[in-house]
Amino acid sequence: MTGNAASNAWSSHEGAAALAAPTSTEKRRAFDWRILLGFFLPIFIALLWEAAVTFGLAEGRLVPPPSRIIATLWGLAQTGELWTHAWMTLWRVLVGFVIGALSGIVLGALSGSSQTLRQLLDPTLQALRAIPSIAWVPLFILWLGIFEASKVALIAVGVFFPVYLGIAGAILSVDRKLVEVGHVFRLSRVQLARRILLPAVLPEAVIALRSGLGLGFMFVVAAEFMGASEGLGYLLVDGQQMGKPDQILAAIIAFALLGKTADSLLLAATKPLVRWQDTVRERL
Amino acid sequence: MGRFMLSFEHLSKTYADGTRALADINLTVHEGEIVALIGGSGCGKTTLLRLIAGLDRESAGRIRLDGEVLSGPHPAVGIVFQEPRLLPWLSVFDNIAFGLSGVSAAERKARVTHALEKIGLVEHADRWPRDLSGGQQQRVSIARAFVTNPKVLLLDEPFSALDAFTRASLHEHLLGLWEETRPTVVLVTHDVQEAVTLADRAVVMQPKPGRIFDELPLTLARPRDRTGLPFETSVRRVLTALDHSLKAPQEQPQRERDRQAAALWW
Ligand SMILES: Nc1ncnc2c1ncn2[C@@H]1O[C@H](COP(=O)(O)OP(=O)(O)O)[C@@H](O)[C@H]1O
Ligand SMILES: [Mg+2]
Repeated sequence: MTGNAASNAWSSHEGAAALAAPTSTEKRRAFDWRILLGFFLPIFIALLWEAAVTFGLAEGRLVPPPSRIIATLWGLAQTGELWTHAWMTLWRVLVGFVIGALSGIVLGALSGSSQTLRQLLDPTLQALRAIPSIAWVPLFILWLGIFEASKVALIAVGVFFPVYLGIAGAILSVDRKLVEVGHVFRLSRVQLARRILLPAVLPEAVIALRSGLGLGFMFVVAAEFMGASEGLGYLLVDGQQMGKPDQILAAIIAFALLGKTADSLLLAATKPLVRWQDTVRERL
Repeated sequence: MGRFMLSFEHLSKTYADGTRALADINLTVHEGEIVALIGGSGCGKTTLLRLIAGLDRESAGRIRLDGEVLSGPHPAVGIVFQEPRLLPWLSVFDNIAFGLSGVSAAERKARVTHALEKIGLVEHADRWPRDLSGGQQQRVSIARAFVTNPKVLLLDEPFSALDAFTRASLHEHLLGLWEETRPTVVLVTHDVQEAVTLADRAVVMQPKPGRIFDELPLTLARPRDRTGLPFETSVRRVLTALDHSLKAPQEQPQRERDRQAAALWW
């Protein structure tokens, strides 16, 4: 937390302020063009493949060239199919995420803040975690039917565990030294939770929610494989059955964009809460 | 310096693993007095401060504050830890204001602003702790303890991680804040110069089990001239006592002889 600043501890405050300002803007400026560097490799490979197919060096039937994938994607967007499928997938992920994240937060908070509750809850939840979530699918279908409820349940289970583990772990690892500051100022249990524990766990909670969301997108594919008539997962299955690799790749790209957008939105929404953090992690 | 402010009666602390961190501590600290606790590591200095702050429970004996037996954190007791322990998600201003609940917004602002002026960090009020140097963070931590106007202020080697320049300037900031309300101060240090600069009395401690070896009054007039001969003499007296405490654990305290020597010297 002190970081490198300790070395110029005795310098005047004006000096420290003047030093701090330019470094942060410099960093930001230097950072911008390096982001573009990341686009280089995929674009280069795409162009290479495009050229190979165009000049007849490769046959593009099973691995269609980028132009065909883009055309398929464009076509799906034109007919409105893409939006229907994307919206369906997004809706399933969101409902599953909300249910899974909320129960993960509640149970994680309970298990993290009370030794007794942890001993009561944690062994059972850890045992359930050892079961691969996909293994629940047949049971969920029997219980909840083939339609939305079983799909959402699977996604919620996938989201639950990383959130539960992240929240409980974050509470257990709150710095005892900061909790003592709360004790010295005689905070009540509720005040302690609100003024010290909650802000202290926020950064790790955000990470837990992000990995939960990531798993939500993973499990929506599995859920849509088990008999769906709509959704990006359906496009995948349909593409396989109809022998349309360009549709499969278009759906994969749509998944990637949707997942990345959802993650970025989550990150942007939680950014103000963890602005104070002084770690490299915030650049991820 | 009239009334008793803070007193320890047969105070002992044995940790769960059997470590006797403190054994039968008896000491009285007067109102407005600055007492320096000196001793090598493991003497139980931190333990003693934690007991006063109510962060740990004594195994035997009691601590009285103005006659009242302490049990748990007390509103009139403030503490500055060895590390700044600022809350990283609060601005400098909000960190200083952390203990000021139940105070009107205007009063809060006035008090924090005044403290910021005292520690020379007014223009840093809105920054995050991470953007401050170690010395600046420790100043904020001292201000956080002072704004609640504690009657007893505990400082646990608050300057030990800082360089000599920063330490000297923090001594001034600390005395500046102390002058205003003159709280009783218990300062833990392993720096004899620091003790003689700040304290009215030095209490030398000994380890295994932690106990008081000797007490030396430091009666130099304030502000203290660190280059003068009286300062040097006091430093030497404390060093001698420390030497005895380290070399000859069985030896009887030289308290009386030292007192007489001091009286003669003055
Ligand atoms: N929580 C604890 N559990 C067990 N032993 C402890 C604990 N805290 C301190 N001690 C022991 O008590 C003794 C006094 O420690 P401390 O008060 O930190 O000394 P000082 O601050 O003078 O260096 C040491 O021997 C230390 O190892
Ligand atoms: Mg200590």
